[in-house]
Amino acid sequence: MLAYLIRRLFAAAVMLVVVILAVFCIFFVFPKWAGVDIASSFVGKQADPAAVEAVRAKLGLDDPVYSQVWEFFKGIFVGRTYVGGGDVTHCAAPCFGYSFRTEQAVWPVLTDRFPVTLGLALGAAVLWLVFGVAAGVLSALKRGSLWDRGAMVVALAGVSLPIYFTGLLSLAIFAYGLGWIDGQYVPIGDSFSGWLGGMLLPWITLAFLYAAMYARITRATMLEVLGEDYIRTARAKGLKEQVVIRKHAMRSTLTPILTMLGMDLGALIGGAILTETTFSLPGLGQKVLDAIKNQDLPFILGVTLITSLAVLIANLVVDILYAVIDPRVRLA
Amino acid sequence: MTTQRTSGRRKQALAAAAVVAGLLTTAACGGGKDDGGENGAAGFNAANNKVAQASLVKKGGELKFASTQDADSWDTTRGYYGFMWNFSRYYSRQLLTYKAAPGAAGAELTPDLATDMGQVSDGGKTYTFHLRDGITWEDGKPITSKDIKYGIERVWAQDVLSGGPIYLKDVLDPKGTYKGPYKDTSKDHLGLKAIDTPDDKTIVFHLPKPNSDFLQFVALTSASPVRQDKDTKSQYGLHPFSSGPYKFQSYSPGKSLVLVRNPNWKASSDPVRKAYPDRISIKFFTNANDMDQRLLAGDYDLDLAQTGMSPQGRTTALKSHKANLDNPVSGYIRYAVFPQSVKPFDNIHCRKAVIYGADHVSLQTARGGPVAGGDIGTNMLPPSVPGAEGQSYDPYEIAGANKNGNVAKAKEELKACGKPNGFSTTIAVRNNKPVEVATAESLQASLKKVGINAQIDQYDGSQTAGIIGSPSNVKKKGYGIIIMGWGPDFPSVQGYGMPLWDSKYILQSGNNNYGLIKDKTIDGLFDQFVTTLDESKKKQIATEINHKVMEGGWYLPFTFEKFINWRSSRLANVYTSNSYNGMYDFVNLGLKSSK
Repeated sequence: MLAYLIRRLFAAAVMLVVVILAVFCIFFVFPKWAGVDIASSFVGKQADPAAVEAVRAKLGLDDPVYSQVWEFFKGIFVGRTYVGGGDVTHCAAPCFGYSFRTEQAVWPVLTDRFPVTLGLALGAAVLWLVFGVAAGVLSALKRGSLWDRGAMVVALAGVSLPIYFTGLLSLAIFAYGLGWIDGQYVPIGDSFSGWLGGMLLPWITLAFLYAAMYARITRATMLEVLGEDYIRTARAKGLKEQVVIRKHAMRSTLTPILTMLGMDLGALIGGAILTETTFSLPGLGQKVLDAIKNQDLPFILGVTLITSLAVLIANLVVDILYAVIDPRVRLA
Repeated sequence: MTTQRTSGRRKQALAAAAVVAGLLTTAACGGGKDDGGENGAAGFNAANNKVAQASLVKKGGELKFASTQDADSWDTTRGYYGFMWNFSRYYSRQLLTYKAAPGAAGAELTPDLATDMGQVSDGGKTYTFHLRDGITWEDGKPITSKDIKYGIERVWAQDVLSGGPIYLKDVLDPKGTYKGPYKDTSKDHLGLKAIDTPDDKTIVFHLPKPNSDFLQFVALTSASPVRQDKDTKSQYGLHPFSSGPYKFQSYSPGKSLVLVRNPNWKASSDPVRKAYPDRISIKFFTNANDMDQRLLAGDYDLDLAQTGMSPQGRTTALKSHKANLDNPVSGYIRYAVFPQSVKPFDNIHCRKAVIYGADHVSLQTARGGPVAGGDIGTNMLPPSVPGAEGQSYDPYEIAGANKNGNVAKAKEELKACGKPNGFSTTIAVRNNKPVEVATAESLQASLKKVGINAQIDQYDGSQTAGIIGSPSNVKKKGYGIIIMGWGPDFPSVQGYGMPLWDSKYILQSGNNNYGLIKDKTIDGLFDQFVTTLDESKKKQIATEINHKVMEGGWYLPFTFEKFINWRSSRLANVYTSNSYNGMYDFVNLGLKSSK
């Protein structure tokens, strides 16, 4: 088990390095090849040549790529100091870069916004798990019934309708129209009820999409499991149907659901861009969109890294859970 | 098969958008009360170049801004966005500032920290200002002439504080001998020789050459005082130290900003600012539609960016809340420019062929029509700049006989250019400006009728300075037509046209003279303008420069831009001002209720 764990951790670390290198190339190397002067986009309307040069030096844009990457990695563990003109900017460890657009270190901003995204992802996950799995199981058990057909139509709608549509629609009806919910984000520290009010629509919108997918997959998996020999055996032994479903069928059905949940949560923690943009939630997704619009490369790099990290951790957890559930995986 | 599916999805998306738009429209119709009374809105265009509901203003309350865009920086040295300059008057003061008055009167200068407009001597090369009594920082210490000098010196520190305007640096130290306060080895870091501070209440500027717009430079936000012991250098924009009636309480970039009263500001020391609200806040949104709905619902008072409502919000507002809207001229001109480095635009007749071939009504429609887009632009000087003639100067009859395009005349010009069968070229347009993309498509369609085949290249809009601002890149990419827009930094032909038309401003990176205009007459007129102190003569020169630019055929103006801006029914003492390109003048906005 330990060897397996070390192997997975090593693979995750390698993957992270590859991601950083790829992102560096996309944002710092390829534009240079295309003849785009990144430094000039950091100075305003009246581009003073000295200012362009200073920005270039401060960002280290003329340094070789390997040197830039090395400085970046070093900064994560020991911090980093940027020197330009008469100004010295220190970015404390873990330094995931420094934005010279907003004059902020990347890491504190990401950690400040992380709770919003985490709250969004976890709240929505609870909703979609409860409703999605329940709807899927019921549909499988009542296959062909009106309930099954109705639930699957709703699920199909959920999968088909994009978040910017369902989000705007929910805002139009419940916030602007009926006025039942304010729909504006309030930090949990300011008001718990305000926070709940602000998060409810994003949770429901996000959960509607995922619950639909989970319902369809739960239904399909459940139907497959219910056709397995061991279920027939359990029934033949005279076990109650409730016990057969809960103790035998559900366990097998939940395995792929848990895998999906790990992946989805990982991706969402990296930033639910559409949901956060639609509802103006100040999370990581909103930040990354803002960074893309303003070509704020350090933040794009930072959020990409966090996303990759979240997905890798989620994968790692799933892999470990697999190994716990199924010993054959450890030997593979 | 693929095409069918794409087409189907597009239809679905359009249908979905229509449903959402319909619902949003319906949803927004319920709120607001436009009775025009004390609690209602003042009426359509009631605050456009005139003051609306001034008598209803009460002291107190929270003035709430909403915005989808944060400032480039709140540091007075670094900020360059128009709304930042407008908003910064809450927390920063200058020797001179713009009058708190509507329309053209708002573009006139008035003393702020200074006791008067200054004494000019030595043939316009020396300016002396004396400071008022009772002017203080947010900690109660007096604002001194040295604080103003230090604040101005920061403009030289471009290696640390890039982004802001550098007019003062260019005019006071054109050779760049001073290296900025952070590299200044003198004991007090006040080594800039062009400014003297004989005592704490006097400041003297020595210009190597006169500049007729010098007072405008002194009124720029970048001429605000900064106290040395409070200068956090590149971090200053996160919490500027206030010299105005409000101070920063909190700021989280891209999330929110809150200003509260500066208890040490004295109304008696400030003839401009009334400081009506107790608190001023900005909430940043990412969804423009959501922001507009919140404005319509009365949750917020006005849009900080002042660049007009989104098409959806505008439609709803025009239909149901027209009394809350103003339709000012923004001061911006939207246009196409022809870089001479890209053939065949080195030939004036080819440039004129594009001007005559374009359908100007269609271009105006693409920009949003006469209300949301603006009047058809007929020349290159914005109506708010002294010397401008508006639509009365129309050398190519853009808004007259040729407004739908003149194919015959365009073909004549093509013949004269040696391209009787037309030519091919590329239109460069920012990919993050849907209206500009629509304009490019409109231009492409009309040029096709005269045999000019234009491909559209949508480049990364956030990289404008490095893509179209690089003349070598423009030539390499073959950008014969560049779609752009420009507004004046201050109401003067120097503040608008010099970076665009003077050959001295052709830069290898961050260039704005996209046409690569090297015209000795135009350069000479600018030289003459900056040394002319007589206002009427300045106007004449501005008019002449505009004529020369139009005669050169380097530009195809689209619109004298207009916006539809929202003001809530809570607002009082509201007016648009030419000083900030038709925005509401933020500094004296008040509320009808102190709650």
